[in-house]
Amino acid sequence: MNIVEKILARASGKSQVAPDDVVFAKVDKVMVHDVSGPGVLKVFDKLKNKGVDVSKLWDPTKVWVAEDHFVPSAEKVSAENIVKLSNFTKNYGIEKHFKYGMGQYGICHTLSHEEAMVMPGDVYVGGDSHTNTTGALGAFACGLGHTDIAYVLLNGQIWFKVPETDYFKLNGKLPDHVMAKDVILKIIGDIGTDGGNYRTMQFGGSGIDEMSVESRLTLCNMTTEAGAKNGIVEADQKVVDYLSSRGATNAQVFKGDDDAKYANIYEYEASEMEPLVAKPFSPENVAVVREAPSVELDKSYIGSCTGAKYEDLEAVAKILKGKTVKIRTEILPASISIYKRAMENGLLTIFLDAGVTVGPPTCGACCGAHMGVLAKNEICISTTNRNFPGRMGHVESETYLSSPMVAAASAVTGKITDPRDLQ
Amino acid sequence: MKGNVVKYERDNIDTDVIIPGQYLKVHDYAELATHAMEGLDPDFHSKVKESDFILSGKNFGCGSSREHAPIALSHSGVKAVLALSFARIFYRNSVDGAFLLPIEIEEDAYKGIAEGDEIDIDVSKNEITNLTKNQTYKMKPFSDIIGKIIDAGGLFNYKP
Repeated sequence: MNIVEKILARASGKSQVAPDDVVFAKVDKVMVHDVSGPGVLKVFDKLKNKGVDVSKLWDPTKVWVAEDHFVPSAEKVSAENIVKLSNFTKNYGIEKHFKYGMGQYGICHTLSHEEAMVMPGDVYVGGDSHTNTTGALGAFACGLGHTDIAYVLLNGQIWFKVPETDYFKLNGKLPDHVMAKDVILKIIGDIGTDGGNYRTMQFGGSGIDEMSVESRLTLCNMTTEAGAKNGIVEADQKVVDYLSSRGATNAQVFKGDDDAKYANIYEYEASEMEPLVAKPFSPENVAVVREAPSVELDKSYIGSCTGAKYEDLEAVAKILKGKTVKIRTEILPASISIYKRAMENGLLTIFLDAGVTVGPPTCGACCGAHMGVLAKNEICISTTNRNFPGRMGHVESETYLSSPMVAAASAVTGKITDPRDLQ
Repeated sequence: MKGNVVKYERDNIDTDVIIPGQYLKVHDYAELATHAMEGLDPDFHSKVKESDFILSGKNFGCGSSREHAPIALSHSGVKAVLALSFARIFYRNSVDGAFLLPIEIEEDAYKGIAEGDEIDIDVSKNEITNLTKNQTYKMKPFSDIIGKIIDAGGLFNYKP
């Protein structure tokens, strides 16, 4: 069995599973945030009206909560949702609630790795589509809606059809100035936004072995944009070391069997990769940066679970050091822990000296909700994951998705720029 | 199940246009309905009627896990979405929450059914009849688990 089949077999108490089997899998960890949490509570209300007992969760120690989409609250509905979320964790005895304004908090998918919330081999579900991110730790990590999360919270398990797995093999080491974001954009450009639908996208090969855990997180994050059920990388010693450096001492190497089967194998040469963008209005609309349209940008956005991890900010700092931005540029570290490291290591000074505004962790602008949305006809280059119409603001605004290095180089020139071409 | 069709002849209708991100904070189902399809068709709310169906191309509902998407459509009166294919989370949210039926169709139905046509969906026969044009098309049968959850009226009523 491959790693996903092994995880789902273990979680459903079976010795063997195969693609298309339907299993009820026991869940090891579940996450809700300030959008899905109130959504789940709404489901609880409906159930209560039908006489279902919703007074206790199956296991509050396996549940954790993030505040990320609508913090800091821009208006009262968002503020009330945070109050609802706080009451939820209090009433149900959930201890792991990362609260805005109280130490460590940030984007849920970032906390999943920064706080070592998920272990290799886990079944981890979250009320957010980018839950796929955390598959980089060797877990089966999958996004679900409010009804499904409510079901998990009450029953501790959920149904899955065992997915077919496509294996994306990266050979060799990525050249300088090419990042994991470029690799996943290349893949989505090739297979399309439904190329992974209902399937697992697994990443491996010497290029992945070579990659940091944070780069692997970027790959798995955007498997969602290919429609995948989950993205995954087998957990090697790097993952174990990464998690133990964050206080999790029980993580173990976890891989598929030697005779694991894959539906399709795609092979990529790292040396042939180069900086890419996804043009409006789809993540599959991929172009080489050097051949991208020569548009006047209004904004560069460096944030989100996809593109504001510590490693991303370090790459941005290399580009921005000693430079001045030509367009409105915002950098929002994805968690407070990352923010703090960026401060301690001088990155924030580099950003501020370049003229950038540094903001608090939030999903706000990435999903067009608040904290810097785009006006009509504005054009943005962004390290985020989606560029559908209206995604980051006005329905007639445009977003180009790129790596942090490309977004930083473009901030300096005001045009879509390959970091290799920056003087 | 009879109703009229609202047709969007395009692929990849994503959750950001079905219900834009700024409304994710809203959990009042009736209010969400007033913003359904706002990113693509601001007139949708005024033109859609109870028991209508949406007809569209490939990968309907791609994007986010927001259950707001099937909720907004369902509370606008939409009983089923007919599409060439669906993104997985939208599909599963529609079924597990018993909001609407996600019905996979073939090219003949996609091409044959026009905006405003009255159709009759017979899930027991996996058949769609276009009453306006007097044509019949096959729908893709629901898989075993999906059929059972639909019959039960959603995941919470389903006994494994």
